[in-house]
Amino acid sequence: MPKAKVKRKSTWVDMTAMCDVAFLLLTFFMLTSNFTKKEPVLVATPTSVSEIKIPETNIMTVLVDKTGKVYFGIDGQDKRRQLIEKMASIYKVNFSPEEMKKYTLLELTGNPMQAMKAFLNLPAESRDLPQNNLGIPADSTNNEFKDWVKSAREVNPELRIAIKADEKTPYPVIKKVMRSLQQLDESRYNLITKLEGAPGRE
Amino acid sequence: MAEISQDTGSHKKGKKKRAKKLPTRIDLTPMVDLGFLLITFFMLATSLIKPQTMEITMPSDKKVQDEDKTVAKASQAVSIILGKDDIVYYYFGKTEGAKVLKTNYAPDGLRKILLEKNFEVAQQVEALKAEKIRTRMKEEDYQKKLSALRANKNAPVVRIMATDESNYKNLVDVLDEMNICSISRYAIVDLEEPDKQLIANLTP
Repeated sequence: MPKAKVKRKSTWVDMTAMCDVAFLLLTFFMLTSNFTKKEPVLVATPTSVSEIKIPETNIMTVLVDKTGKVYFGIDGQDKRRQLIEKMASIYKVNFSPEEMKKYTLLELTGNPMQAMKAFLNLPAESRDLPQNNLGIPADSTNNEFKDWVKSAREVNPELRIAIKADEKTPYPVIKKVMRSLQQLDESRYNLITKLEGAPGRE
Repeated sequence: MAEISQDTGSHKKGKKKRAKKLPTRIDLTPMVDLGFLLITFFMLATSLIKPQTMEITMPSDKKVQDEDKTVAKASQAVSIILGKDDIVYYYFGKTEGAKVLKTNYAPDGLRKILLEKNFEVAQQVEALKAEKIRTRMKEEDYQKKLSALRANKNAPVVRIMATDESNYKNLVDVLDEMNICSISRYAIVDLEEPDKQLIANLTP
């Protein structure tokens, strides 16, 4: 009896199904997720049981880092352009069109207006270095933060204020920010938190 | 998804020369590669979870604050002072001659105290939550009933004061406790001299 010939099976696998799955997942991720905003500092927000989600548009973000530096930014590039124009006229800083353009591309900035020009001319990779971000002054004597909020409110009256602060931020800094907002009659704002027990908790 | 035709060679020496059939099948492996590359990119560059937020309303400077201040009866008043190293000081009633106690942010610390103080409302809210699940109550109805319950006249009024040594987490924790304990009447106020004195007396 002749030996049965083992039929050589092709190693070819049909990739169509795999491709379908890959693109299905891709579509899912593209539709459900939103891009993480680039932040100049990493901030670990405290946790809470609050389940209210923050709206995506019309948000002015006040970021406070561990050391107490205040950053500020609003969403929408055209809105940011109007904002920087306003701030430039208040503080009499002349920005070139390129510098304005650079500002509109930044989600958050944290520098006094006098240092802003130099900051915008820095190469993009060194902008996040701590020594290049001095924080927006929010003291009672020198309060640029109030002008930022006021100008942003003029640019877009529908803005909601979101405060995102690090859990280790000392209270006096928060008090300064809250006091400034209170003086501007901005009494409603959101504190950004993580969901209690969410992954990535410290 | 048929098999790939493998019949190469068997008909090579056929009498008629047939037009060579071009396979209509395309190798999709690079396409899959591309798909997964994009997936990886989107998974890393985006975030699925939106950050949570806590809405607070602070009294604005222009409003007259006196009316808010005077409504609090001494029996309802709770004062919470956030100290350093995650210590919470609290006392009931008036500042003068108050007995200051110490606690922490653990569930059996501040929360227990506030729940005891707010026992009536907390119980009603608990019952409402159970009812919501049982009767599949609409969310808006639930919210309406909830805020009605929280507006209870006998509920405690909490003053939150933070010392300069406390941090932001402490503040959020306390605000969170207010939420958990269904306390709707609270305010973040500045630490004043008498309260400072109370704490100074406590920690020699």
